[in-house]
Amino acid sequence: MSDFTLDTFVEHQARAASRSKFNLVRFKKITQVGVKSIFSHGLRSMLTVLGIVIGVAAVIAMLAVSEGASFEAQQQFRDLGASNILIKSVKPAAVEESTQRGFGPPQAVIYGLTNAHITTIRDTIPGVSNVIASRIVKKNVWNLGISMNTDVVGTAVDYPISRNYNLRAGRFFSESEMRDHANVVVLSDEVASELFPIDNPLGNSIKIDSDYYNVVGIMESEGFSNLGQNQAGSSNAAPSRVFIPFTASKSRFGETTTRQTAGGMESETVELHEAIIQVEDQEAVIEVGEIIDQILQRRHRDVDYTIEIPLALLRQAEESALRDQIVAGAIAGISLLVGGIGIMNIMLASVTERTREIGIRRALGAKKRDIIAQFLVEAVILSGVGGLIGVVLGIIIPFVISIFWGMTTIVTPVAPILAFSISAMIGVVFGIYPSMRAADMDPVEALRHE
Amino acid sequence: MTTLDSHSAQGAIPSPGLVAGQSVVARLEDIRKTYYMGALSVEVLHGISLDFYAGDYISIMGPSGCGKSTLMNILGCLDQATEGKYYLGSEDTSQLGDDELSGIRGARLGFIFQSYNLIQQLDVLENIEMPLFYQGYSESESHEIAMGLAERVGLEDRLDHKPFELSGGQQQRVAIARALAVDPLIILADEPTGNLDTKSGAEILKLFDDLHAQGKTLIMVTHSDELAERTKREIRLIDGTVESDERLHA
Repeated sequence: MSDFTLDTFVEHQARAASRSKFNLVRFKKITQVGVKSIFSHGLRSMLTVLGIVIGVAAVIAMLAVSEGASFEAQQQFRDLGASNILIKSVKPAAVEESTQRGFGPPQAVIYGLTNAHITTIRDTIPGVSNVIASRIVKKNVWNLGISMNTDVVGTAVDYPISRNYNLRAGRFFSESEMRDHANVVVLSDEVASELFPIDNPLGNSIKIDSDYYNVVGIMESEGFSNLGQNQAGSSNAAPSRVFIPFTASKSRFGETTTRQTAGGMESETVELHEAIIQVEDQEAVIEVGEIIDQILQRRHRDVDYTIEIPLALLRQAEESALRDQIVAGAIAGISLLVGGIGIMNIMLASVTERTREIGIRRALGAKKRDIIAQFLVEAVILSGVGGLIGVVLGIIIPFVISIFWGMTTIVTPVAPILAFSISAMIGVVFGIYPSMRAADMDPVEALRHE
Repeated sequence: MTTLDSHSAQGAIPSPGLVAGQSVVARLEDIRKTYYMGALSVEVLHGISLDFYAGDYISIMGPSGCGKSTLMNILGCLDQATEGKYYLGSEDTSQLGDDELSGIRGARLGFIFQSYNLIQQLDVLENIEMPLFYQGYSESESHEIAMGLAERVGLEDRLDHKPFELSGGQQQRVAIARALAVDPLIILADEPTGNLDTKSGAEILKLFDDLHAQGKTLIMVTHSDELAERTKREIRLIDGTVESDERLHA
């Protein structure tokens, strides 16, 4: 064989190897073949991809909804003030029950917070920087012929600051107006637009009972931030409220407030309806809240108050949001897994179906790793395309939800990136086994396959 | 081309140098192949020794079950002998691993099958380019080679056709072009006209004659005496041994 003059195979292979190192051209070719084979089974590929699409879209949409919900909840509690404690007067359960049944004679119920409590809290509990007490009376409020039944809140000058409420126009009442028991009023946005559909309320006056009050300011719409009121018996969910100086409320409506209920026969007497206790140190809020609860418990036979600590609620909301996200993540993860199994299934079918092609390619010089690369690329294309469509859907769906259901949804950049990476990874993980199976076929057997 | 004497070589010793100066492209040395099926073992090739010379045109004949497919698979490096040595060029293939065998198939051998074995979703040009891709040729390089070969087999106006749009004879011509793509040492053809009508078959055989005239080395497995007649050397296998090895034409 010494007369054999061609270059040796080793030399030849070295030449081929230097050319066949991973390069873009090679990758492009493999990708082209993969895309071709995917398109040659359009419907089948689409159905396969669907699993991943749904999985990825679900991950992103669920995270967006739960993120939005937790943001909303946190916003609500933050609006109440993270360093605040809210105490509200509540009609004791025992009294509530007897009046509802209609038993007994018309009664005058006395319950709730008193000025004495507030003084005690302010003076004895360390860390309390301010207490803003409010009285809430339900009244008909008039502007000429238009009237509206709203809560008239007699409160302190720093009420808006303590609750993170902003004024839309004008100003809140001042210290001097407070001293003077002045007849000035700040309207909520809702009341302002109801009573003054055309005019600018500022500078005009409204009538409550027989007194006129100058409108000095308009609050911004509270939107969701009135959540705190929902649970309080005295002030219904109504964002329609007007604010007057605490002192004015006392002198116009008396030391105690009396409310006629629907039956008309029952009156109740409440000195204060709510108090906002501001705590110097946010860290101490929960502790101070507990102390207040203990003090009040000692002084009340029936539980006729509620204590709300926005910070504690915020913590709870954060915890439950985390739980929601874990659940959402798990569900989405399962759907991605199912999608991955779908891909593996279809790849296995594809490998069996293309046994002969594998045989031909092997006969014509394809190494095992070439076959692996081919099928793996195909699996990754499937899952990657599914992932991309899923990302697009996952971004659109929360958007649609926000528009049609008014829910806040937040798509964080992490969610699409995470979901897409997982889907691409699923392509690799679930593509490996079918690819290896393809590569391990005996070329002779594969060529004989019908 | 040197004139070769007709002879027969039944012995285990490779045909005594047919002609001095004729280079050997492939040599089988006492090739045995045993298939194992559970506890059962069947030896289908009982020690075959053959030399194949550059530029020769060889037919391998024999009844079904004589082991010619097995011999073809070994010659094509699709399978390895249980015993014995198979030199392709100067390489002992019995020592090679799977990747190297793949490399040898891609670089040194051209396959032509009875059922064409084109890849259905690829067009004519892409089918011809495929072996080049595995050899790492660049796109423009392989494109150029494939275009030339398509022209050589008379399919230059069918480049973007898919196999199912072609007649059997055209498909087989694509397969021939594909086999020529890497300029192999040996072209192995397995019943290349088996699925073709007489006319298309004749065209293919004409193409083979041309290739031979251009100095290609062709080994063809066939049942047909008529076909074997056209070749220069006829090897007959019976029951896993070489029954006859004759030089037919000069």
